[in-house]
Amino acid sequence: MSIDEEVEVLRKIPLFANIEPAKLKLMCFASQRMTFNPGQVLCGQGDVGDSAYIILEGKAEVVVENHAPLVVAQIGKNDIIGEIAILCDVPRTASVIATSELTALEITKDLFFRMVTDFPELGVEVMRVLAHRLEHTTALLLEARKGAK
Amino acid sequence: MEPKLFKYIWHHSKREQLAILLLVLLSMPFYFLSLDLPKMIVNQGILGKGFSDPLDSKSFLAMDLPFGELLTGAPVTLFEGFTLQQQGFLLSLTFSYVLLYLINSGFKYWINTGKGRLGERMLRRLRYELTDRLLRFPIPHMRRVKQAEVATMVKDEVEPLGGFIGDAFVTPAFLGGQAITAMAFILVQNVYLGLVAAAIVAIQAYLVPKMRTPILRLGRQRQLTARQLAGRVAEVVDGAVEIHAHDTSNLERADLVSRLGRIFDIRHEIFQRKFMVKFVNNFLAQLTPFIFYGGGGILAIRGHLDVGALIAVIFAYKDLPGPIKELIDWEQQRNDVQIKYDQVIEQFQPPDILDPSAQDPDRDASDPLDGQLSLSGVSLVDDSGNHLIKSISFSIACRDHIAIVGPSDSGKDHLGLLLASLSEPTSGSIRVGERDLTKLPQSVTGRRIGYLGQDTYLFPQSVRENLLYGLRHKPLREPKETPERRARRKAWVAESQRAGNPTWDFEADWTDYEAAGASGPEDIDERILEVLNLVDMDDDAYRFGLGGFIDAEAHPEIADAILRARAELPKRLAQDKAENLVVRFDPDAYNKNATLAENLLFGTPRKQGYKLRDLANNELMTKVLDEAGLLDTIIDMGVSIARTMVEIFADLPPGHPFFEQFSFIDADDLPNFRGYVVKVDKQGTEALDPPDRLALRRLPLSYSEARHRLGLIDETIETRAVAARKLFAARLNKLDPGAVAIYDPEAYNSAASLQDNILFGRIAYGQARARDIVGKAMTELLDTLGLRNIVIGAGLDYQVGVGGKRLSATQRQKLGLARNILKQPDLLIVNDGLAVLDTATQDKLQRRVLERRVGGGVIWILQRPQSCEQFSRVLVMQDGRIVEQGSFTDLNKPGSALSDIMAAE
Repeated sequence: MSIDEEVEVLRKIPLFANIEPAKLKLMCFASQRMTFNPGQVLCGQGDVGDSAYIILEGKAEVVVENHAPLVVAQIGKNDIIGEIAILCDVPRTASVIATSELTALEITKDLFFRMVTDFPELGVEVMRVLAHRLEHTTALLLEARKGAK
Repeated sequence: MEPKLFKYIWHHSKREQLAILLLVLLSMPFYFLSLDLPKMIVNQGILGKGFSDPLDSKSFLAMDLPFGELLTGAPVTLFEGFTLQQQGFLLSLTFSYVLLYLINSGFKYWINTGKGRLGERMLRRLRYELTDRLLRFPIPHMRRVKQAEVATMVKDEVEPLGGFIGDAFVTPAFLGGQAITAMAFILVQNVYLGLVAAAIVAIQAYLVPKMRTPILRLGRQRQLTARQLAGRVAEVVDGAVEIHAHDTSNLERADLVSRLGRIFDIRHEIFQRKFMVKFVNNFLAQLTPFIFYGGGGILAIRGHLDVGALIAVIFAYKDLPGPIKELIDWEQQRNDVQIKYDQVIEQFQPPDILDPSAQDPDRDASDPLDGQLSLSGVSLVDDSGNHLIKSISFSIACRDHIAIVGPSDSGKDHLGLLLASLSEPTSGSIRVGERDLTKLPQSVTGRRIGYLGQDTYLFPQSVRENLLYGLRHKPLREPKETPERRARRKAWVAESQRAGNPTWDFEADWTDYEAAGASGPEDIDERILEVLNLVDMDDDAYRFGLGGFIDAEAHPEIADAILRARAELPKRLAQDKAENLVVRFDPDAYNKNATLAENLLFGTPRKQGYKLRDLANNELMTKVLDEAGLLDTIIDMGVSIARTMVEIFADLPPGHPFFEQFSFIDADDLPNFRGYVVKVDKQGTEALDPPDRLALRRLPLSYSEARHRLGLIDETIETRAVAARKLFAARLNKLDPGAVAIYDPEAYNSAASLQDNILFGRIAYGQARARDIVGKAMTELLDTLGLRNIVIGAGLDYQVGVGGKRLSATQRQKLGLARNILKQPDLLIVNDGLAVLDTATQDKLQRRVLERRVGGGVIWILQRPQSCEQFSRVLVMQDGRIVEQGSFTDLNKPGSALSDIMAAE
């Protein structure tokens, strides 16, 4: 897969949909494409996070290690993971383990912050995505409370 | 040292000085003859004086016995000479002139080389004496010595002495002789005019040196300020971290500038005074002819003086000012070097300098240190009168394991230095068995005692050399002798002796392998490995080894072993299903994980001009690429890369870190490349100028398909690149063999590191944790193949850098400890020598050292009292005194000083 193809993939992700292709290309160029074998760990719960991953191909599961490992989500192409750890310097909240051969773009913390500062529109997009998630989580929380009552 | 420079010179070089003087005297007659000859050539040879006509003949080279007429009453002819006609006579004279010229030049050559050699020999002697004294400075004094200043003294400040020493006696003798002759001649011609001339010379001789006294004083100041400047420059280097960390670079600049200003002022004043002296000197020299012409003329007019005599006096006088002036200059130079000498030797006479016998390498050291180590009434007072150690007395067994603990100001570190005989007590005695420790020569203390202080100094050599450093006390084995070396060595020894230098052979093997428990250079590495394991440095050495280089011809067994590992690596990786993590170098295949330049060169550059970044300028490579039909392709690739770079970096401000990290093109050059892209889009690549083409050709060389993913390398390019690579290798082999070590799957590449030789390829880009997995596989492989020690052995050649700066502080301390363990001393003193290690490692190493040294003495001055449990006896120090001693269990009781200290930790 060449850089141009990677850019095409990124443009399909809502977070990057409104970003100029030249900037996406810069981001691709500046980041490493990583291949993981099934069973390899993208990020481990409790580790210090220094990069986020955009999955270009393949599948992975999100596992939370509480007494026993619990699979909380399945993720695949176009998903972005690990952005929380690089945004707010907390250890990884869950492990992500490849379940098939998986290719991901590794965006380092440094690159991410540079991109956000240099291209504020990207920052706005990130906020939008996070806000959506927050809203979604709040809705879930409300539902859970209703259920509890 | 001899305080009078002249005495020093005379004492050490009188024979040579006299020889040169004799040579000068011998040269004199020839010199005067050569002055006289031109006159003879003109008068007799050409003008024919003494010849009645051109066919008349005359005797040439007739020689009479000097004063023959006076002695015998009639001229005594020694040699009749050759009878020659005028032309023959002229030719003989001119040939004689050439001959005389040759003889004179010969004399000059001998005299000058003689003087130069003499000066250099004395300089060598002086420099040696200075460094010898430096080596005998007591350790406490060393702390006050500024290294840069000492270095300038030994190197620069004594340098002018060398030039002077050759002239020290010859010049005054020679010039003085000339001046006296001229003076005598004038006096013979006319006593009064002679006295006038003498009077003016006397004034000159009195006045000029007097005027020069302040210049000498200034010269002394100049020397001191220059020396201090050197010291300050060294401090700027040493304190670089502090200077940057505290933003004090401008303070340092101001300081340096004020020093430069002072040097300028001094120099300026010297110039003014110096040229004033010259002025007065010249004036006085011209005053004499004025008196001769004026006064003598009036006397002649009045008839009191014969005109002939006046002319003779004036002629004779022209020979006088020259030598006088030079004599005065010589005197000035003499004073100058005397000052330099004084200033230098003054710094090299510390009051308690060690006696040379203390460092005599041949003093008997065979008696081990044994019995009781007893101190009685030992005190130590520093220069400012502080009592560091207050009348300590104790007695311990030399072979025991002793811990000394106490607060950091208790004086325990000073005690450590005293016990190692590195400083001397102000009063009291330290005895080992029957012997007085302070009287023992270093051949005993330096070989039978090991000492590890808080900071270990490592010399800028390899790890191995640094470890063996503690075993090198005197030359033990002759180096390999060849007849040439033997001859060279003989001459070298003779010359060293002439300059009063010792004649130890530095190239000999100085290492005392037996002292380390080895039998020779063959098995010393085993001992070293053991000791490295003990101090936990084996992993470090292993890493050094992997990154290190070996010469396959010198060590074929290592090369073979590494090649075995290379062959095994893919199988080992396949076990982990990781075979795709390393993409090997295949002579027949393009390696996508390497750059284009690496693919084309396909080897390790050994020569300048073949480095990867220089490849675009390499003529041979350019020619080969052209023949392989790749040159235009590469330019096209360059255009593609330039287009992408221009596109994605366009909006970034210059100086953005991305340029540095990721771009193929500097921010400054980006506009140029934008220009090329526009030009190519409009007019095609043909429109590019040669420099543009070169710039574009350079870009793809660092392009790696796997990493940069611009999709530029297709199969056609790959095939052509492989063809070009082969063509290049073949051509290179003919034109410039050895410039590049070409990758050969079957051969060891001495220009590449051990690791690169094993890997023989590139770790694949974009494979998760590839580096870790491959590194681990490689380590395990080397272990199973039993190659670990070979790699560590190669790691021993790792250069530690200046002051060991290429190692971490912990590695330095570990090496320092290893050096002391390897030496197997009777008594090992560790003066808080592992302080930079973490406490767990400290405890571990301490335990291992004590285990290894069962039966050998250890005195460990501990920072942390907790670990003193491992020792059989503990001494507790407080405020310069021993307040408690005994076993740990005895002392570790409530209320004891030890428990107080432990509680305070």
